[in-house]
Amino acid sequence: MSSTTLTALGGAIDCDIHPAVPNARALLPHMDEYWREHMLRRGLERENFDLSAYPVNAPINVRPDWKLEKGPPGSSLADMQAHVLEPMGTGLAICNVLHGAQAMMSEDLSAALCRGVNNWLAAEWLDRDPRLRASILVPQHSGELAAEEIERMAGDRRFVQVLMLAMAELPPGRRQLWPIYRAAEKHGLPIGLHAGSTFRHPPSAGGWGSTLMEDYVSYAQGFAAALNSLLAEGVFQKFPDLKVVLIESGVTWLPASMWRINKTWRGVRSEVPWLNKLPADIIRARVRLTAQPLDAPADSAGLGMVLEQLGSEDMLLFASDYPHWQYDGADAVPAGIPAGMLQKMMVENARATYPRLKAA
Amino acid sequence: MASRHVVAAADEIPPGGRKIVTVRGRQIGVFNLGGEFFALINVCPHQGAKLCEGAIVSQLVSNGPGEYGLARPGEIIRCPWHCWEFDIRTGQSWCEPDDVKARSFNVTVEAGGTLAKGPFVAETLSVSVERQYVVVEM
Repeated sequence: MSSTTLTALGGAIDCDIHPAVPNARALLPHMDEYWREHMLRRGLERENFDLSAYPVNAPINVRPDWKLEKGPPGSSLADMQAHVLEPMGTGLAICNVLHGAQAMMSEDLSAALCRGVNNWLAAEWLDRDPRLRASILVPQHSGELAAEEIERMAGDRRFVQVLMLAMAELPPGRRQLWPIYRAAEKHGLPIGLHAGSTFRHPPSAGGWGSTLMEDYVSYAQGFAAALNSLLAEGVFQKFPDLKVVLIESGVTWLPASMWRINKTWRGVRSEVPWLNKLPADIIRARVRLTAQPLDAPADSAGLGMVLEQLGSEDMLLFASDYPHWQYDGADAVPAGIPAGMLQKMMVENARATYPRLKAA
Repeated sequence: MASRHVVAAADEIPPGGRKIVTVRGRQIGVFNLGGEFFALINVCPHQGAKLCEGAIVSQLVSNGPGEYGLARPGEIIRCPWHCWEFDIRTGQSWCEPDDVKARSFNVTVEAGGTLAKGPFVAETLSVSVERQYVVVEM
């Protein structure tokens, strides 16, 4: 790790780490009585509810040196501290639990499991390391139940964001989901859209692919579609204080997508008269991206051009993406990010994005 | 120095109407908005389409998602190629008013008797003292 990187890392805000629920049994003590018995009646405690966007043995799921002797990657706080928080000198880290709780067909079971995960996260992680913050898991297929969960959790200010998967039953801008954004805005919680899908539709717009490779590459297009939906449906106008963080989306697809949105909007804006300024300007003001993975060209000059095309130094947020394997070696900070942007990326941008981190 | 060009008799272009004229070799669209006359160059600043031959539409207004309204009916020209919209009064584009503009020209309406005193250029019209005329400054 270069000395520049070490300096940049000290006290950094890591905007994407992934504690893992070791198994569904771990959630039982944190679930409501009815749903605890329901899990046992159905034998659901024997399931692990992994999201199929992250198959257990996919290399991307864990950096080789971050594998655990026991349990799924990311399931041990002590190991997380040793692997990432201590060596990187992390100031604060936002826990994004990726769990099938958000993908259940039953909205009620989804809500019950999300409550379980949120309670477990507070008790087993946040209570045990003051550097940890977290995102609220919500049953994202139900705007109403998701808003209820936000209301239930919002009093705990260690929860700084609402977590949704980028692809789900509906494009995220649809009005049925607005209760989520209303509640999030009210409590100063950005919406974190994380790579992944509840697989109600193919990750590729062209149909079901045969391979993880196709799915994974398509996630960037899934993010583009999600962003188009939020823009076109007017979520940014309706909720003027809401911010959206694209987590694990990659970065380099965005400039081209912004040009395309701007161009198309000029011609067809009678469909969306509430979009009263260039969509790219709305994106620059309201959308943030975690910088891991950074699907950058191999040379740093190329990366510099892409970042310049973003047109803002405020958009990138540092993330280690622990324990996912998105980079080699110990260097979670991508090479080639201009110094000024890098400095903002490590701390300042996160504080500006997450109101609940300002005072922390 | 700007010269003044008589381009039409005022009653040739009724309210809501337009006339494409040629002044010093350039095509100009002259519009009548409720009795006031305006002129824009007939070239879209985007890719050169004949802007002034596009649809004359209203301004779209909205107070938020799902709210649809119209204002200033007949005061916006929409380019026939890519549907970019321009304010007929100013030439400003709606999407980027500060950066993308169609050139506009001063227009006055003057009596034939006044014009007879000159100086003006009437390239295609003969002027009679009893009528009102549209004069473009270029």
